Amino acid sequence: MTRTSEDFPLRRRAVVEALLRDRGDLLVVAGLGAPAWDVAAAGDSPLDFPLWGAMGGAAMIGLGLALAQPERRVLVVTGDGEMLMGIGSLATIAASAPANLAIVVLDNERYGETGMQPTHTAWGADLAAMAQSSGFPVTALARDEEALDSALHLARDARGPVFVAIKIRAESPPLVLPPRDGETLKARFRAALKLEPSQ
Amino acid sequence: MTLTTKFPGEQWPDHVHRVLADAGVHQIAYVPDGGLSRLIDLCRDDPSMTTVSLTSEQEGVAMLAGAWLGGQRGALLMQGSGVGQCVNMLSLTQVCRFPLLIVATMRGESGETNPWQVPMGSTAGAVLELSGVRVHRAETADAVGEAAAQAAREAFDGPAASAVLIAQAVIGIKSFDDDQD
Repeated sequence: MTRTSEDFPLRRRAVVEALLRDRGDLLVVAGLGAPAWDVAAAGDSPLDFPLWGAMGGAAMIGLGLALAQPERRVLVVTGDGEMLMGIGSLATIAASAPANLAIVVLDNERYGETGMQPTHTAWGADLAAMAQSSGFPVTALARDEEALDSALHLARDARGPVFVAIKIRAESPPLVLPPRDGETLKARFRAALKLEPSQ
Repeated sequence: MTLTTKFPGEQWPDHVHRVLADAGVHQIAYVPDGGLSRLIDLCRDDPSMTTVSLTSEQEGVAMLAGAWLGGQRGALLMQGSGVGQCVNMLSLTQVCRFPLLIVATMRGESGETNPWQVPMGSTAGAVLELSGVRVHRAETADAVGEAAAQAAREAFDGPAASAVLIAQAVIGIKSFDDDQD
């Protein structure tokens, strides 16, 4: 019998906390829903850009940011449903090939914000394989603690673009919400980068 | 009009490229259109610009938000039919007040020979306006450069979302009798 994602061993909050530990000047884009709450739970930072909408756009926001800030590491943390909605962006990012961009998909095989309906990864869609066949030079799929360590290392340090899918348990930890005003999130992010208003 | 003396002649792609370069635009996101070929080539050949080929137009809306977050200006080049792809992602632009500059070549206007282009072509401007994007239509080649300059000023000095729609009369009608376009 196939194991369902309610039984997956890796837990989303611990994974994201490990991913962002000692983050330094890492720039983070968080996809809407639980990944944004996970990033907030790891400690709200002005260098986070958590999304409350724009589903399908997280990876591409990461690309524009990575191209604009080539000296900084840019990390996109998003969910499987969000990534699937913008799946074409895998081909776009692979073709653009930013060395400083990593995408981490927290794959619980569910649309967690709408009632835990299955996403297409529950029926076998393999996001890491899709990234690899789109041309990502570095991809990984982690299902357990042992694989997680190397996957997190790739996400933080490997020359990109990097794509990592982490199979996590389908669960809904307590909400930890980031600020929800978009102008505030934009302004504090740019201020933390010391950008001029018109720059 | 004074506009025609500032950007004379039929070389509107060169005018738009100059506007983009003068505005400090670094990131060019595009989905190709026959009418945009020369402008895309000019941007690709410009070492100050990074061009990114998109699989769908809404990717460009998100990408240029990221560009601005990181301190760079960008522009989205596309066919007018791509407006439909952008609608939900424009909520990102609107809610966060990101600057957005769109240059779109129109299809589905007078003389169009492909009826499938008409539904989106005939509504692209209204859909953009409903989505919070200011629209500048350029009906002649001479008017394109100044329309682009106005849109760029609005976008980056605002910040605002602003689009130039280049009329099909400027681009020409795609003929299915040859390989052009």
